[in-house]
Amino acid sequence: MTKRFGDTIAVNDLSFAVNEGELVALLGPSGGGKTTVLRLIAGLETPTSGDIFIRGHRVNDLPVQKRNIGFVFQSYALFKNMTVYRNIAFGLRVKKWKRRAARERVEELMQLFGLEQLGHRYPHQLSGGQRQRVAIARALAPKPDVLLLDEPFGAVDAKIRQELREWLVRLHHQFNVTTLFVTHDQEEAMEVASRIGILNCGRLEQVGSPQEVYEQPANEFVARFIGVMNVIELEVRNGMACLDQIAFPAPGYKDGDKVRVGFRPYNVRVSPSTDEYRCQAVIRHTYFLGIMMRLDLELPSGARVCARLTKEDYKRLGLATGMRVSFQIAEHKILGAAQNSNAHTAAGSGCTHGER
Amino acid sequence: MITERQTARGSPPRVAGSGSGAGRFLLVVIAMLFALVFLFLPLLNVFAKAFEKGWTVFYGALVNPDTVSAIKLSLTITAITVPLNLIFGIAAAWAIAKFEFRWKSLLVALIDLPFSVSPVVTGLMFVLLFGLRGYLGPWLDAHNIQVIYAVPGMVLATTFVTLPFVARELIPVMQSAGNEQEQAALTLGASGWQTFWHVTLPSVKLALLYGVILCNARALGEFGAVSVVSGHITGLTDTLPLRVEKLYQEYNSTAAFAVASILALLALVTLAIKTAFEWHTQRVYARAERATSDARTTRTKST
Repeated sequence: MTKRFGDTIAVNDLSFAVNEGELVALLGPSGGGKTTVLRLIAGLETPTSGDIFIRGHRVNDLPVQKRNIGFVFQSYALFKNMTVYRNIAFGLRVKKWKRRAARERVEELMQLFGLEQLGHRYPHQLSGGQRQRVAIARALAPKPDVLLLDEPFGAVDAKIRQELREWLVRLHHQFNVTTLFVTHDQEEAMEVASRIGILNCGRLEQVGSPQEVYEQPANEFVARFIGVMNVIELEVRNGMACLDQIAFPAPGYKDGDKVRVGFRPYNVRVSPSTDEYRCQAVIRHTYFLGIMMRLDLELPSGARVCARLTKEDYKRLGLATGMRVSFQIAEHKILGAAQNSNAHTAAGSGCTHGER
Repeated sequence: MITERQTARGSPPRVAGSGSGAGRFLLVVIAMLFALVFLFLPLLNVFAKAFEKGWTVFYGALVNPDTVSAIKLSLTITAITVPLNLIFGIAAAWAIAKFEFRWKSLLVALIDLPFSVSPVVTGLMFVLLFGLRGYLGPWLDAHNIQVIYAVPGMVLATTFVTLPFVARELIPVMQSAGNEQEQAALTLGASGWQTFWHVTLPSVKLALLYGVILCNARALGEFGAVSVVSGHITGLTDTLPLRVEKLYQEYNSTAAFAVASILALLALVTLAIKTAFEWHTQRVYARAERATSDARTTRTKST
């Protein structure tokens, strides 16, 4: 399906399916069209072209109210003038549930979500985490076919976010509702979802399990967005893509071509002896990341490569900032030809975003 | 203005550096003195003048049939005008706050028009439209409908003058609320009407109340526009303010002040209703908080 706002294409020719009971993440940078996809499914926006099916039924012509979806807004959009109880009960009330059934349902949800004590409170009297739970409980109350979550953890602080992730996974097991959630946090998507769809500029770049998108990224964007990836630009000489002492076979490229190559920092082996591996470098910076250490290596040409190893290895090898070392790249992936042949200065821009 | 009022409900943030005690004291005294001299004392004086010659004269002035008719007329006009403006105000505020459309800024400007046009001009405008020599006058006369110098004209004039009150109060509140709550209601299966009734309306109730009170006060007190279209027919088209003016012109100042005190009293009553309503809302919230903490202590005790 496609959605345009005026001249801007928010969602471009997007097509994917979510299986019954699955928990899928839509991951992408902000402005990538993720929220628009959710709103299209919910019926809060109308697609410019294309179809949306829920449980095999085409829902394009169904109004929002009839789609039987649960939507959790990024801001939660709780009804300010209603208590927690009445917020959760709202969907049941407008759907004309029997009074007793509705009360039982709301009480069941409040218990499950640990909200029993808060039934009389108003949204402004709740903490961020509590608000989020109320928002999800409210969306789940009328037993929706699909649960749509827009950046569900965006508005809570980092510490609670971790708890909430685990809680969301447990919750999903319990209710087994087909769930689609949107996030810009790759870590969150990897941890929570059984499958991840990566969206960039309204395009779906790849759909796959967390392991698939991490280990077999479909393209450079995915590779750089999921986890940390070194991307360097090499020149092909005698069938080999080269930069300083780095050399990879580059089948299908002719001499003089520029090739972009990506590799994960943990695939970089570093040795304190300069002749153990072929490639030479100097450690420019070391970063302490908990149990891992990150090293910024400077190659003779000035290109930078990022390596990652455990603290134990770092100590055992006796590495330090400023030291001359040798390294090799255990695994790499040729991402394609460089678009711009004079972009050599940008080569080896080192670690991309998503640093942890 | 309403947003300021709402945020101001909590204790004001203490601005660093403004905290010299003497300065604060001075500001409070100035504000209090001003309110006392320009707001409270004149109002008090109205009541004092009204009772100057004792209860009997006061009562006599009020039961005068012309005064009773004026009270009735004022209440009638208000009873028609306020609901009309309520409907218009909600519709206009809804359209302006929640939708994008062409000529939106024009609509916003038009809503303000009655504020910028002198009420007397408003009155003349209606005379020009509906009067016997006006554009629609001959047609109305032929169908035996009297607008000018009759109640319909006065209702029209009052509605025009009070048009901005409800909409002006609602627009900022509705705009700041955005429409996510409404969208959430829709995704939960609520119809448009249910969404409006259960979500939109309650979230603006204070602003709505304030708008209605302002509208009500102005509808009761409107003089200029109504004066032009009323024709001053004693016992027929005199509203309370017109009656006060007439009595005053007839040098019957005690009666004038007696009637004026009725107007002032009505204003005070509406103000009291508004305050009571705000108190009530705060109490509801406080009770919710208390109920929760009570439940919690009992639970911790039992475990």
